[in-house]
Amino acid sequence: MSRFQHIIPSGLIFAVGCWIAFVSFTQQPAEAFLFPRLIASVFVVLSGWTFGKALLGKSRVGVGINRHMILNLTPGLFIAGIYVFWAAKFFGFYTASTAAFFILFSLYDPSPHSEVKTWVRRAITTAVFMLVMYGLFSLLLKVYTPREILF
Amino acid sequence: MEFIYYFGDVFSPVSFALLLVGTIGGLILGATPGLSPTMAVALLIPFTFQLEAAQGLILLGAAYTSTVAGGAVSAILLKIPGAPANIATTLDGHTMAKKGDGAKALQLSFLSSAVGGVFGVLLLIFLTPLLAKWALAFGPSHLFWLAILGVTVIGSLDSSSVVKGLLSGCIGLWLATIGFDDIMGAQRFIFHPSLGGGINIIAALIGLFAIPQVLTMFAKGRQASGAEVIEVKKHSVLDATKEMLRWPRALTIGTITGSIIGLIPGVGGQIAGLVAYDQTRKFSKHREKFGTGHPEGVIAAEAANNAMVGPSLVPLLTLSIPGSPTAAVLLGGLLIHGIFPGSDLFDNHPDVAWTFINSMLIGQILMCVFGLYVAGMAARVAQVPQSIMAAVVLVLSVFGAYSVQSSMGDVYVMACLGVMMYFLERFGFSAAPLVLGLILGPIAEANFIQGSMIANATDGMGVYFLGGTLNLFLIAVVVASIAYSVWMEVRVQKLVARGEAKS
Repeated sequence: MSRFQHIIPSGLIFAVGCWIAFVSFTQQPAEAFLFPRLIASVFVVLSGWTFGKALLGKSRVGVGINRHMILNLTPGLFIAGIYVFWAAKFFGFYTASTAAFFILFSLYDPSPHSEVKTWVRRAITTAVFMLVMYGLFSLLLKVYTPREILF
Repeated sequence: MEFIYYFGDVFSPVSFALLLVGTIGGLILGATPGLSPTMAVALLIPFTFQLEAAQGLILLGAAYTSTVAGGAVSAILLKIPGAPANIATTLDGHTMAKKGDGAKALQLSFLSSAVGGVFGVLLLIFLTPLLAKWALAFGPSHLFWLAILGVTVIGSLDSSSVVKGLLSGCIGLWLATIGFDDIMGAQRFIFHPSLGGGINIIAALIGLFAIPQVLTMFAKGRQASGAEVIEVKKHSVLDATKEMLRWPRALTIGTITGSIIGLIPGVGGQIAGLVAYDQTRKFSKHREKFGTGHPEGVIAAEAANNAMVGPSLVPLLTLSIPGSPTAAVLLGGLLIHGIFPGSDLFDNHPDVAWTFINSMLIGQILMCVFGLYVAGMAARVAQVPQSIMAAVVLVLSVFGAYSVQSSMGDVYVMACLGVMMYFLERFGFSAAPLVLGLILGPIAEANFIQGSMIANATDGMGVYFLGGTLNLFLIAVVVASIAYSVWMEVRVQKLVARGEAKS
């Protein structure tokens, strides 16, 4: 794994550490920030050490990220992001979850996309799973989920 | 012997039904590669909201016990450990299955898991009340150091880099301070409206354990599982029992090693299984047979990884210090019912404490009985494509996080923490110390504030927090765990450097 890959996360964490320290030592009332000050001091030292090691090219722990992984991950992460941060509230939980489940399942399913049988299997799996979810959360646990556009 | 009075509660219809559901469900979830026991328990927490505290804990405890044992099914039949605790089982278990002794390997694994598990729970039963009474002598400074100990021990022992492990713990401790301060009511680090009420622990647990698994499955792309289940032939359970009893040394070493390792915070089932396997091989008369499908290997590994389950809960139930990530999730399950572990649990809620512990004892036996029958089905579930598993876990996580307090903010926090954890893990950071920091943060802060008030009125901060035998002992353990981990890390680096130089 390249030095550059270590520098970015450790640099970000060091920046977060500095921000926490800045907020903890400048915000009032001081009593409310007593414990955060203690944590921030240790945080800055440890993250500074990690960042320094990354800069010097001495960070070795971790497998990092490669191009193949990013290519596989991006579509799923994008769809999951839309589902969680927008669709779940906008379309209602069940509609959005059904769509997200079906799309993600189809996207990562190794079965050929050209076969009708495969699509039928995906649709049935999605329907069965969502029925189970409805039974568990709406009927058994009585969780009232956001329902807006569809139901 | 107080625990005997509460045995009846385990057999009430609802409790026993939950014990069965947790056991069978746990066996199936445990057999599924990629679904760790911690993640399974975290995803189950939302289902306990509607239940009474004891019933909720029965479900979680049964799932914890049987996911560890269920992991042996895929380790033996697919050569994929269902959980890290089952890595050692793969070494001889899968070879036995390939030789046509799959049923025997499964039976040995469940029988030795039950023996180890029962011993571990008995240790929990007899040690917990003694330690809970001792915990009454703990003041705020001791509890503060205990909380710090919980984070540092797991941070230094559980991670491949001591500094990154401790830094993960710091991130968790900081996350715990987000929201309104309890004493002054001041806003702290609220940089988004979703964080107004602080970080909800259950949503965070789901995010930190489930979402990285989902993203790991996505990162593998359109990949068939590729694992083939080895067919198992029928084998007499009586013969398997006789076979297990033929190897008392493996059973004893596995059980004792697992129990001792379980008591040490931060050292998981994976270490228990591997250490027990290694020690049994050293003391065995047939050490050359290890790795070639020898029953002793399966017995030692499985007895150890289940024997550690009970003792791993001792620090949690007595000192409120979760000794493992799964124990931290169980602590979350207790806190949502307003129950705080420690002496309070045994003094004010003995019914909850003892019903839960007793259910773990009964759960070990049920796990053994059902494990032998569910194994075949569980192995087939283990073949479910990752595309389905990823989508199932994602949707379940969203529903689970939302159901905690019907807040979309919790869903956002869950998703953000999960994505952050996935990338942090790629760079050597670990979820376990972060979770412990998040859970122990409020305990550490409350005792730190309380202690500093006492200190200001008496001898001052230095004497109060750094003086006294117990404080010094706890500080020494913190320093020793860090020093030991640093020493181990330097040693490993030297060995790697020597290996690179030779090649």
